[in-house]
Amino acid sequence: MNTELLGVIGIFILTIVLAIPLGKYIAKVFLGDKTLLDPIFNPIEKFIFKISGINSAEEMNWKQHLKALLSINMVWFFLCFFVLLFQGSLPLNPDNNPSMTPDLAFNTAISFLVNCNLQHYSGESGVSYLSQIVLMFLQFVSAGIGMAAAAMIFTAMKERTTEKLGNFYNYFIKSCTRILLPLSAIVAVALVFSGTPMTFEGKDAITTLQGDHVEVSRGPAAAFIAIKHIGTNGGGFFGANSAHPLENPTYFTNGVELWAQMIIPFAMIFALGFYLNKRKLSNIIFGVMTVGFLLLVVPTVMSEINGNPAIEKMGIAQATGAMEGKEVRFGPAISGFWSIATTVISTGSVNSMHDSSMPMSGAMQLLSMMVNAFYGGCGVGILNYYVFIILAVFISGLMVGRTPEFLGKKIEAREVKIAAFIAILHPLLILSGTALASYFAAHDTAMGYWFNGNATGWLNNPGNHGFSEMLYEYTSSAANNGSGFEGLGDNNPFWNITTGIVLLLSRFIPIIGPLAIAGLLAGKKYIPESAGTLKTDTSIFGIMTFAVIAIIAALSFFPALALGPLAEFFTLK
Amino acid sequence: MKNLFSLLKLTVFTLILFAVIYPLAIYGIAQLAPNQGKGETISVNGKVVGYQKIGQKFDKSNYFWGRPSAVDYNAAGSAGSNKGPSNADYLALVQKRIDTLLLVHPYLKKSDIPSDMVTASGSGLDPNISPQGALIQVKRIAKERKLDEEKVKSLVESKINSAVVGPETVNVLELNVALDELR
Repeated sequence: MNTELLGVIGIFILTIVLAIPLGKYIAKVFLGDKTLLDPIFNPIEKFIFKISGINSAEEMNWKQHLKALLSINMVWFFLCFFVLLFQGSLPLNPDNNPSMTPDLAFNTAISFLVNCNLQHYSGESGVSYLSQIVLMFLQFVSAGIGMAAAAMIFTAMKERTTEKLGNFYNYFIKSCTRILLPLSAIVAVALVFSGTPMTFEGKDAITTLQGDHVEVSRGPAAAFIAIKHIGTNGGGFFGANSAHPLENPTYFTNGVELWAQMIIPFAMIFALGFYLNKRKLSNIIFGVMTVGFLLLVVPTVMSEINGNPAIEKMGIAQATGAMEGKEVRFGPAISGFWSIATTVISTGSVNSMHDSSMPMSGAMQLLSMMVNAFYGGCGVGILNYYVFIILAVFISGLMVGRTPEFLGKKIEAREVKIAAFIAILHPLLILSGTALASYFAAHDTAMGYWFNGNATGWLNNPGNHGFSEMLYEYTSSAANNGSGFEGLGDNNPFWNITTGIVLLLSRFIPIIGPLAIAGLLAGKKYIPESAGTLKTDTSIFGIMTFAVIAIIAALSFFPALALGPLAEFFTLK
Repeated sequence: MKNLFSLLKLTVFTLILFAVIYPLAIYGIAQLAPNQGKGETISVNGKVVGYQKIGQKFDKSNYFWGRPSAVDYNAAGSAGSNKGPSNADYLALVQKRIDTLLLVHPYLKKSDIPSDMVTASGSGLDPNISPQGALIQVKRIAKERKLDEEKVKSLVESKINSAVVGPETVNVLELNVALDELR
């Protein structure tokens, strides 16, 4: 047991240590400084931009950034939607998997586009290899979009007054080629040599030792799984995601995949410090996030190690903790840790089934996504936190009677309105979706076209846990996370379409909002720091931000958590 | 319209870079990996009997059993049970598994049974069990195969994988292949 905890602590510390130099590297990439991979990628990028007729040196204002971002996402959506819709008749389909229904293709295309990877299908039987490859493309570019948006915000935070905030396409392609691609290649190679398949041959048919016939799914998995974690996407190649023994074969690969999903979100925070030359600010932000993260991790790991009280009563040994939905090679400690890492960081890949987690762990996983501001996804994590900084600046400004300022720019009514809207949107989407689904389930409504049968049919568990399944699905969608209480019967028009809409709104509005705030602030007059300035790189301000985050989350979500996992926790005691 | 074509072209070229060149490069490197990246297999007398990493069903009494599986070890459709910890039907199922184990291994005390032997794995394809999960089956296997109990026990102990960090595991397929070779 002790060595298991050592593994957890070791990986966490190693990630932080390596995130600092990577953050420095990312800052250099965004600043346009010379970096190691320039000789390889500079000519390639030049060629791509020339043929596409895009001028990557043209400086854009925040509205132009937004326009470019939204239009290219639209192109990708249609591309992916049509591939999924017709995959059955397109090439690279050795397992002869069928085409997707329109509602499933809609949901899947959106969920990969928005870096969520909700996956209402199962990888082995639901998609062709061609679709897997197109989805992998979206895993790259959706992460690149998040980082490009963050890069624009970094630029806007500089101490000057300007409309010119760099070039969107430049930030986007550099994020993909200089950061995501090399890191993914390293991870993919580590996986391939640890036993993850990378083959274009289809299923293998074998006769087992005791004489049963089985088919074994394989595929070009290693390349896919690498970017799935590096880009904090989380969509699995196989149905069981990273619990699958080919997707995550050993304790070592588990460590690699954990590292891979945490490294860029960590590094982005340090990158901010290097970019602005404000190391103290980024250290405070990282500190606040780490405190929040640990507060979520500790109860989870403890309750998984302690095991299920209901099984304890049956009198068997739970020396290895709660094992339902877990793999022996990982054990409860690192599975619990992973479940929080993946929900805090919008990855949503799982190495154990969250539906079978202990109630307290379920509550923490939900809370991680409800808070949605600790570390966060590839690039967008820092956008979410930015909104809370604006709110904290505003509130503390009011408290001490000073004009609210952040990095030398006055925060005024317009910015605060946008920030408040973003902060409220998240609970609004989660709670109204859950309320709608729960209403149908409570009345066991016949759903007609929307679901085959009555509404309680989509639940895999009764009572409070059933409510948690529905709450989790909308929370995961709104946090663009993609993990699930997978027992929920979600491949039907009701869930595909409602979560699809939640996904779209909760990806793009929280990108538009911070971009707009940053763009508006960048255009304002720069006021140099003076004795009267509210300092934002102090621990007191860090605590203030934490308090704002905690209060908003508690006020919005406590009732829902009480009805779901907390109620289950007390019935299991 | 010109803008749309630009974006389409950009999409095509990035698609080639990330969805063609990148996976092909990894595919090329995979040719150096064990079994050319097709997944490591285990053979007996030149015949493939399974994938080293993929659990398979063992329910015959002369083999070591693996963990319960929500998908009956269907290696083309992995999944967990997704049963919640307080679900009454699920808890009844666990109780039934405990009773079955006790029935087949009359020499066991309840507290000998490790939880991994009565709970379904996350993937439904867990290739491993805990060392304790294998040790409790030793007496049964020895009796079924008319082997010396100590010999079977030391076989199990030789098959325990332990590393500096992480839980100890026993690969059920490897154990059973070795068991078949035991005289």
